[in-house]
Amino acid sequence: MPDNNNNNWASARSLVQHARPVRVPEAALRFTHTFGLGGMALVLFLVLLGTGLLMIFVYEPTPEGAYKSILHMQDETLFGRLIRGAHHWGANLLIAVTVLHLFRVFLTGGFQGVRRSNWFIGLGMMVLILVSGFTGYLLPWDQVSYWAITVCTEMLAYVPVVGQGLQRLVVGGTEIGAATILNFYALHTVVVPLLLIMLMTWHFWRVRLAGGVIVPSDREDAVARGGYVPYRPNLIEREKAVALVLVAFVVVIAIMFGAPLDLPANPGTSPNPVKAPWYFIGLQELLLHVHPLFAVLVIPSTLSLALIGVAYLPCDGSSTGRWFLSAKGRRMSALAAATAVVFTTAWILVDEWVVDPGGWMPGSAPVISDGLLPFAVLLAGVTAFYMSLKKYFSATVGETVQAMFVLFAVSFTVLTVTGVWFRGAGMVLMWPWQI
Amino acid sequence: MADIDKPRRSFLTRLATLFGGLALLEAGWIATSFLGGRRKATAAPDKSAEQIAGPVERFEPGSVTAFGDGHFYLARLDDGGFLALHRKCTHLGCAVPWNVDEQRFACPCHGSAFDIRGDVLSSPATRALDQFAVRIDNGIVKVDTSRPIRRAVFEADQVTRA
Repeated sequence: MPDNNNNNWASARSLVQHARPVRVPEAALRFTHTFGLGGMALVLFLVLLGTGLLMIFVYEPTPEGAYKSILHMQDETLFGRLIRGAHHWGANLLIAVTVLHLFRVFLTGGFQGVRRSNWFIGLGMMVLILVSGFTGYLLPWDQVSYWAITVCTEMLAYVPVVGQGLQRLVVGGTEIGAATILNFYALHTVVVPLLLIMLMTWHFWRVRLAGGVIVPSDREDAVARGGYVPYRPNLIEREKAVALVLVAFVVVIAIMFGAPLDLPANPGTSPNPVKAPWYFIGLQELLLHVHPLFAVLVIPSTLSLALIGVAYLPCDGSSTGRWFLSAKGRRMSALAAATAVVFTTAWILVDEWVVDPGGWMPGSAPVISDGLLPFAVLLAGVTAFYMSLKKYFSATVGETVQAMFVLFAVSFTVLTVTGVWFRGAGMVLMWPWQI
Repeated sequence: MADIDKPRRSFLTRLATLFGGLALLEAGWIATSFLGGRRKATAAPDKSAEQIAGPVERFEPGSVTAFGDGHFYLARLDDGGFLALHRKCTHLGCAVPWNVDEQRFACPCHGSAFDIRGDVLSSPATRALDQFAVRIDNGIVKVDTSRPIRRAVFEADQVTRA
């Protein structure tokens, strides 16, 4: 058959095409509506899959061999630095892009009704991507990775009752060693990617089921009157452009900066300071201010439950698809962001230099003076802020919840920035140029 | 005919679900047993062996001696009692070096400090350094490094005396 080849090619193409709708609402195409973040995450995942698959053939998952195999990859392998650099920067970008994607979906109100299940799938993938970053962090087996993973797995031990068992399960013993590296390698290269591919497929299918990307509510009429355009070229060419620019960006920063590699891991000497991977530094910073029970369990699980709970809030869906839902929502969120920056910074400084609740109440348990007390103050402050925001702006539940989300997101960002750039030796506060 | 088939069909469906569930449980059991067995294989070889630190006289009262391979410090208190302290900071697990001049263990990571008995001198650590069991046998100090012992604060009965 002369056109057999042609048919195969056509069927491969139609597989890609069938993953997309034939026609897409023009109103959802504007770049600033979604910033293409979900698509970027997919592109980065593919970059990581490609570079990771290559590195599996070179990397040796043992405490003795790991660092050496990285050196071999870097110094004696053609394109070794490029592959490792692209994997490193791709991974960091993927975490950033995924967080931003979550923000975008939340701030345009795409987490309720028909999109609720996809919000949950997305949260699941967010967790998997963090696990992937975390397990990959250990593999180079240098000082930075060894001690960062030590610090993070020790955080686990603060969870009451199950914490120490959980830590032993993750570490595969009492000390980070051969069992840990094998554990992390299996999770990083097989288990997590496989689960991610499954969830991704489900995620994309649910987007189609929900009728594609959320449409701005003020443009819904226009869409209903026939504001549809063929997906090719309108959507596909935009997607190609974003993907190509992103891949080029990853390659350029991989070439310019490469992937960092510290001295080989030495369990006898901790460097100073020791910091968690940047996406967990916010938690580490929190740990400097409140009791471990609250920093690693109460506060993170409260916020996680809140992320799940918002999907069930009684928001009216009339203004979804618009950033911050309305002009009023935008003003409220700006106020919340400013409040978060001022209060979180003030709290860090005051806690560092002025207040010592444990000193005021000698004899009281640290879990009360450093845990329950600050948490209660925080909770009261947040509740008061919520009530006054809602009343002053006479806003809807949806708008107020958006502003509260911004409040927490910006607070966590301030904690992260402080931990990354303002903590030097001994985790003392200092300017970035003094570190 | 169809009426006769209905209960049979639903019975078979339920039976299939039951067997499917059982098979899943079985697979889960096999998987956890398999992964549980891995822990024994990867555990450090014969950690139960005691480490011999040395004769009692070698350690001055008020001194701290590091045993790098055993991950511990042997502290001899001013009154002559012995304590074996785990090298790991109880805050987030960094290795704490002994500072002779300041007579304290100062953690490089987050600024926790401990005294010679392992008690917390400054936070963020909330617990005293873990200890290992010490035994003195015919004037020889022996330390069981197989299992760190958690404790909240230093207490007199944790000290081993010659």
